[in-house]
Amino acid sequence: MRHLLSIDDLDRTGLEQLLDLSERFIEVTHRDIPKVPALRGKTVVSLFYEDSTRTRLSFETAAKRLSADTMTFTVGSSSVKKGESLRDTVQTIEAMGIDAVVVRHGSAGAPKRISEWIDAAIVNAGDGCHEHPTQALLDVLTLRRRRPSGLDGCRIAIVGDVRHSRVARSDVLAFSALGAEVTLVAPPTLLPESLEGWPVSVCYDLDEVLPNIDVLYLLRIQLERQHEALFPSLREYTSRYGLTAARAARLPADALVMHPGPMNRGVEISAEVADGPVSLIAEQVANGVAVRMAVLYTLLGSGGPVA
Amino acid sequence: MPEPSASQTLIIRGGRVIDATGERAADVMIADGRIIEVGERLAVPEGGADCELDAGGCIVAPGLVDLHVHLREPGDEEAETIETGARAAALGGFTAVVAMPNTTPPLDDAAVVESVFARGATSVCDVVSSGCITKGRDGRELAPMGELHRLGVRIFTDDGVCVAESGVMRRALEYARSLPGAVLAQHAEDPSLAAGGHMHEGAWSSRLGIPGRPGAAESTIIARDIVLAELTGAPVHFLHVSTASSVDLVRDAKARGIAVTAEVAPHHFTLTDACCAGFDPLFKVHPPLRTDADIAAIKRGLADGTIDAIATDHAPHTPEAKERTFEEAPPGMLGLETALALTLSELVEPGVVSLIEALALLSWRPAAIAGLGARGHGGPIAAGAPANLCVIDPGLAWEVDAGRLASRSRNTAFAGRKLTGRVRHTVLRGEPVVIDGEARR
Amino acid sequence: MPESTRVTRVTNAADAVPGERHPGEFVRRTEVFSADDLRRAHTRIAHEIIERNHGGGDLVLVGLHTRGPAIARRLAAAIESFEGVSVPVGTLDVAFYRDDIGLRAVQPLGPTEIPVDIGGQMVVLVDDVLFTGRTIRAALDALTALGRARAVQLAVLVDRGHRELPIRADFVGKNLPTRQAEDVRVRLHETDDVTDDVIELWGPAEPGPSGSGGHE
Repeated sequence: MRHLLSIDDLDRTGLEQLLDLSERFIEVTHRDIPKVPALRGKTVVSLFYEDSTRTRLSFETAAKRLSADTMTFTVGSSSVKKGESLRDTVQTIEAMGIDAVVVRHGSAGAPKRISEWIDAAIVNAGDGCHEHPTQALLDVLTLRRRRPSGLDGCRIAIVGDVRHSRVARSDVLAFSALGAEVTLVAPPTLLPESLEGWPVSVCYDLDEVLPNIDVLYLLRIQLERQHEALFPSLREYTSRYGLTAARAARLPADALVMHPGPMNRGVEISAEVADGPVSLIAEQVANGVAVRMAVLYTLLGSGGPVA
Repeated sequence: MPEPSASQTLIIRGGRVIDATGERAADVMIADGRIIEVGERLAVPEGGADCELDAGGCIVAPGLVDLHVHLREPGDEEAETIETGARAAALGGFTAVVAMPNTTPPLDDAAVVESVFARGATSVCDVVSSGCITKGRDGRELAPMGELHRLGVRIFTDDGVCVAESGVMRRALEYARSLPGAVLAQHAEDPSLAAGGHMHEGAWSSRLGIPGRPGAAESTIIARDIVLAELTGAPVHFLHVSTASSVDLVRDAKARGIAVTAEVAPHHFTLTDACCAGFDPLFKVHPPLRTDADIAAIKRGLADGTIDAIATDHAPHTPEAKERTFEEAPPGMLGLETALALTLSELVEPGVVSLIEALALLSWRPAAIAGLGARGHGGPIAAGAPANLCVIDPGLAWEVDAGRLASRSRNTAFAGRKLTGRVRHTVLRGEPVVIDGEARR
Repeated sequence: MPESTRVTRVTNAADAVPGERHPGEFVRRTEVFSADDLRRAHTRIAHEIIERNHGGGDLVLVGLHTRGPAIARRLAAAIESFEGVSVPVGTLDVAFYRDDIGLRAVQPLGPTEIPVDIGGQMVVLVDDVLFTGRTIRAALDALTALGRARAVQLAVLVDRGHRELPIRADFVGKNLPTRQAEDVRVRLHETDDVTDDVIELWGPAEPGPSGSGGHE
């Protein structure tokens, strides 16, 4: 594996190897000194064209715990418009002598483009509505830790704005690669226009799927898309697709609730559910660093193909 | 070696002459910019010929006519100029091209249009200016269509954008009825359906997370404009038709006798949205690359005469402009130097259309739509006619090399593609502007 | 003839660099330890550890993956049977501390789990084969990250020479002269698919009689 651009870059074996490696790093992160010298002398650059402090900090913490040097390159949307091409920008960064670039970009495929222009390993930290592979990895890691039997046959409902969600695209690939049965739950305006080739089933009614699932994965409603008239109102969305306490009570007893964050409490999830015992949300965040350590270590340290 | 010029005597020897009247083996003798004789084994005239062009094994056809090119001048001469675009056109066998109006400033003003005509008149291809339908191509107020018509403009279009307001389009069509030979050419994509989209909306856009431009954005405007053409009695030409349902709408309108014509671009019968899977903006174009089913429908439309013309939508962009993400890069791809070979390789060779049909789509039908017969384009190849010709070697196999294109830009979607058929010579007003595949100036 | 077929599995994986291995067919040269030899070696090493450390009071045995943990548990069992003290056994993975990360696919071989705080304890690192010393160097770093041991000792079943770092073992089952190209293969019933423990010396097939001097 030269780059991590898409969950598609990994087959089931590759995914499981990355998850196993992540377990090693979870152990490291629990130590008094949560740091190993594995990537001494390597430099990891965060190239963030979109503001995402959480993801950036998670990657930078991962790099530092591997003893890599880190650089941050945040690009304001205004300087993009000044006309420097993406290629010029990344070639300038590469000239500083770097080993990996963690890319967050508002446009699908930006990490792929960059990987064609420079030699460094590229990690997709979220590109447009395309993919967010490390989020999916931490999601499956979190689930796998709760389900020692694995994800085979696990019934997962992904609820919300799948159409605009890079998390959903990566999660569908990762969940199904590991044997889970994925159902997308949303009004048609929030589902991709075509689901040809997607290993999923679809349901428009959350209440119908609630009693028959093992995991409820809630996507964030992007409030900035309000003007696109994707649904009549937040109130109507919450009433049809929000995980209220009443709906949570109808989940099977051992069902788990996940969310990629940041949450809109009171919209897709009510506060009491978000903080409740069935919620894995805090665990997801904690596992993010270990997963990103595993990804960086695999790209920069293992010296060979994983998948 | 004396510089060939328009005033010389020229013989094209040993070719198969094909024009709208049919096909025959004949030499073509040219003097003072006009064809003076067409016949077998023509004798060298007294005083000798200045230049003899070998057409052995080749087709001698009327020069090709492209209804749809973006030459970027004025405004973006880094990407293309009238001079470089005309050279690319000549190498592609074209003797006339219609320059689209989305320049900076746009072609909505007599002075700008005049300058395009002036530069086009001295280049190696007859560059004809189009004119905007609306001022600034903003879809609100009508451009000075009458004034532009007087300068020779026949194709009016806001290409690059659609005339979205039904009322504006209706007024423009009504007004155009007073301008003989004028045609309104629509870039049919409803912005309220296509806005924010970057590729065909379908399985690939959904998988890639790239916002889509649905086929319905095109066909809804085509359906509306057919109704408006019927209402106003003015002709409408549909630029770069790309979907199956658009083809069906045009076919139906023609059957009902409505004055509509349609063109397709070579990339729309050769490439699909699957090409976008690698996020390479070389494959970004508006309207977008569609599906295999759309290609099949376009081929049916080409075969049954629903489609009138093949037009390149030649859209040069500098390498920097395309060195962006798919969503950020501008749409458009080069076309002039590959259109003929793609037509021969993808349509004629598999038997979708005959060779003479292909030449009709590339030469005399588009010439008729744009009124370019009056400027001597589209044939026939007969004594007395202006000598605008191309000589095509239909069997020559070649590979597209982006670095060797005459265009200033390199954004071909066909780099590395092996094609059959290439232009050997191009003659513009009696001047051999391309000889043996090389531009003379 | 299963024994003469090429075995691609590298026994002392931690010290071996696959790229350095000769491509020729590997054959078994000699048996270094039988199961009985091995049992006796464990017993002797356990006694030496007790003797050197005056009992087993503040000892922690830390086995290096993949076979060190099994050996450490055997040594701990032996110490307990002689001295009646229960010695904690931990496992250590050194992958993230190796100096050849990036040169080859360095993957962790197992979890690091040490049940006690090693601060102030006498730690005995346990591994099967001591070769270049690079694994032990990495292990010392890995151990340091976990706490400050009072002292660290090293126990190995086989010391095959060819050290590349100034490292020596405190407790050795057997000193075995080898050639660089050879391979010491350890098979334990806990970690390998065998019923009887065994240690063998393997090497590339040679034209002459086995072990007949050489051309090094």
